[in-house]
Parts: sequence; structure tokens; C-alpha cells
Amino acid sequence: MADTQSDFGTFEELALPLFARLYNFAHWLTQDRSEAEDLVQETCMKALKGFGSFRQGTNFRAWIYRILKNTFLTSRAGLRAATVSLEDDEAAPVEPIASGTPESILISSSDQRTIQAALDELPVQYREVILLCDVEEMSYQEIAETLAIPIGTVMSRLSRGRKTMRELLSEASIRRACK
Amino acid sequence: MTCGEIHGKLAPYVDSELSASELAEFESHLRGCATCAAEALELLQTKRAIRAAATRYVPSPEFRLRMEQSMRSRSKRRWFEMRFPGLALAAVAAVLLIASVTLLLNRTGRERELTEIADLHVTALASSNPVDVISTDKHTVKPWFAGKLPFSFNLPELQGSGFTLAGGRVAYFEHSSGAQLIFDLRKHQLSVFIFKEEPRELTFPEGTVTSTRLAFQMETWREGGLRYFIVSDAPASDVHALGELLRKAARS
Repeated sequence: MADTQSDFGTFEELALPLFARLYNFAHWLTQDRSEAEDLVQETCMKALKGFGSFRQGTNFRAWIYRILKNTFLTSRAGLRAATVSLEDDEAAPVEPIASGTPESILISSSDQRTIQAALDELPVQYREVILLCDVEEMSYQEIAETLAIPIGTVMSRLSRGRKTMRELLSEASIRRACK
Repeated sequence: MTCGEIHGKLAPYVDSELSASELAEFESHLRGCATCAAEALELLQTKRAIRAAATRYVPSPEFRLRMEQSMRSRSKRRWFEMRFPGLALAAVAAVLLIASVTLLLNRTGRERELTEIADLHVTALASSNPVDVISTDKHTVKPWFAGKLPFSFNLPELQGSGFTLAGGRVAYFEHSSGAQLIFDLRKHQLSVFIFKEEPRELTFPEGTVTSTRLAFQMETWREGGLRYFIVSDAPASDVHALGELLRKAARS
């Protein structure tokens, strides 16, 4: 273990470049600045403590995001979010999108605030998978590692989360049209 | 591929999860099917829009600084312990030995005082108003301290040195007020503290000492009845260079 540490850099070299992104993700999960700061700080301290057990060649990003996610689950914000339950993840096909034309959704998606409000409304289990996929650009495999769920669940959560996003965006565009 | 099969691959397509052969088949279908092409485009646009809108929260500069400093110091310590467990033990022994010598020499207060000075530096930088007088002009900063401190001091000539003055504030140390000046050098910030040297204060050695405690470089010396401290995360050579400029100014 001791010999491998020098081959792939110090903890600081690996973690600092991810700092701003970890914070963005933490803020989306907790929806609060000071809780996000506490979450990132605790994550970094835990990661640093466990850095000796991190194996070279494995995915550092998935590893540290997983620590963040697990830390979040036991935080106040995480416990609040956990009370919102989802439909069965593995439940079969996602129904076709009922409302909203691609055009109306496109118009809504051009408005950043509308998207941010829709993301805020999404259950956290959908929000995190969309953030990891669309913002962090993680592969399904990486997301599965980060969230410790099967790839199939990653895909079904993504699909349901996106469907809910589309519904929220098209509702927003209808609301705007009625004004 | 049929439209139904395409529909099932829309998400893997926008998420770049299709294999090369699947991608070729998928794209050839899109070229001939306006409905599927419109759906794929919409998904792709939404994905991009989410990416832009969700890159929203930025850590505050104070939080970033706090984390960088804490990671840097802890990371260095852990790296050292992991690489050289034997040496780390020896280092602990050496520290203990030095500590006991320090005790014998009745200098217990020194490390505590150095830590306190480092804390003053960190507190100022973490504050949303690190300086009370904001100016790069020494002719503005020096008069600002007049009447606020029981002494006066000279500010160094910085032209061509790479250092710039960011400003100053009044700092308190051991129940007396002194000056804190903040200088910038590249990405580093350096705090200079100037206090009146009390005759009882013999805990710091005469001349210059450098301490890497808390991952900061420190230098302290006395000159003309005043005690100077420099604290920074900048390299020791830069800290020393600023010290030289201040010593030169004090003598002029």
C-alpha cells in the first residue's frame, strides 16, 4: 500500500480538481449552502482518512462521490429526502410521455430558471442520477458504482427522472402560455 | 432497426452508451425517420440545457480557501506517515525531544503564539472583509493606521518586487493592538503583523526563525522595538524576500 501512494499522486492532487463539482453536486442534494459545505467537508475528511484503502487503478471520482452520497444519506438533509419514496425502480416499461410537444419543452429548456426549478422539484433519487449523467457526464457503469445500484436501476431511474423532468417542463410552459 | 427498437435506445444514444455497431445502425435509422430524429434531438437539447442549468452552485472563496488549506496540511501529513512510517515515528520522537528541550528553556508559549499568529492570518483571509483599508498605495495605508496604534512603522518599496499591497487592518495579539498588512504575490497571500515589542516578551529568539507549522511559512524578527511576523503559504524564499524588503524599509 505504502509503495503505491507515490505512483498516482497525493489525495490533494486527486481531490482538489473535483472540489467545485463535488460542491455543486452537494448543493443540489442538500439544497442549502451551509449543509452543502458541511457535506463536502465531511466527505473530504472521510475520503482522506480512507485514502489508504483506495486502490490504484480504480475510479477515484466514483469513489469520492460514493463517500459523498453515503455521507449525505446520514445527514439531516439526506434523512429528510429519504422520506420521499419512489415507485419500484425495476418496475417495467416507462410509459410514453403524455403531455408537452418537443417544441414546448424546447422553449422551456431554454430558460435556465425553469430547469433549475424542475430539478429542485424532482425526488432526490432522480435528481442525483440525472446530475451524475448529464452534469458529471459519468457512464452508466460509473453511476452504478457511485450509487451502489445495478446498471438496470441506473437506466430506469434516468428514464423516469427524465420523464418527470419533461412533465415538469411542459407544465411550466403551459403555465407560461396561460399567463 | 424499427422505430420501437430505436425508442429503447434513445437514452443510451444521447448518453454515448451505444457500441460502434449500434450507433451506426441507430444513425442510419435517424437519417430516414424524421419522428425519431426529432425525439433524439429534443433529448439531446434537454440534456445540454440541464447540464448548463445545473452547473449552478459555486463554492464561496472562503470555503474553498478553508478546504484547500485543511486538505493541504492533512494530506501532507498523511502522505508522510504512509510513506515513511518509521520516519514518522522518529519525527514524533524528535518533536517530543524538541518539545521537552523547549520546556526546559521555558519557551512553552512560543508555539502557541506562532499558532495564534497563523490563526490571525487564516481568520483575516477567511473573512469577507480581509482588510479594513483597501489600497495598494502605501501612502494611503500608512496614514490609516495613525492614531489606531501606539507606534508607527515604514512600509516597503514594492516596485519590481512582484509583491503588491492589498491593504491593512488592526490586529490584536497578547492584549495589544498591532498592524496586519496583507500582500499578494502571484496566487499567494502573505500577512505581515507588526506589534510593539514588550520588554517581558523574550519567548521568541532574536533574529529570524522559519516554521512550517500548519503548512505555513513563518518568519519573525525584531527591529526598532517592534516585533514583525510574516505568515503565508508562499514558499520560504518569498516570505524571506518580503522580510528583507520590510527590514530595509525599517532602517530607511
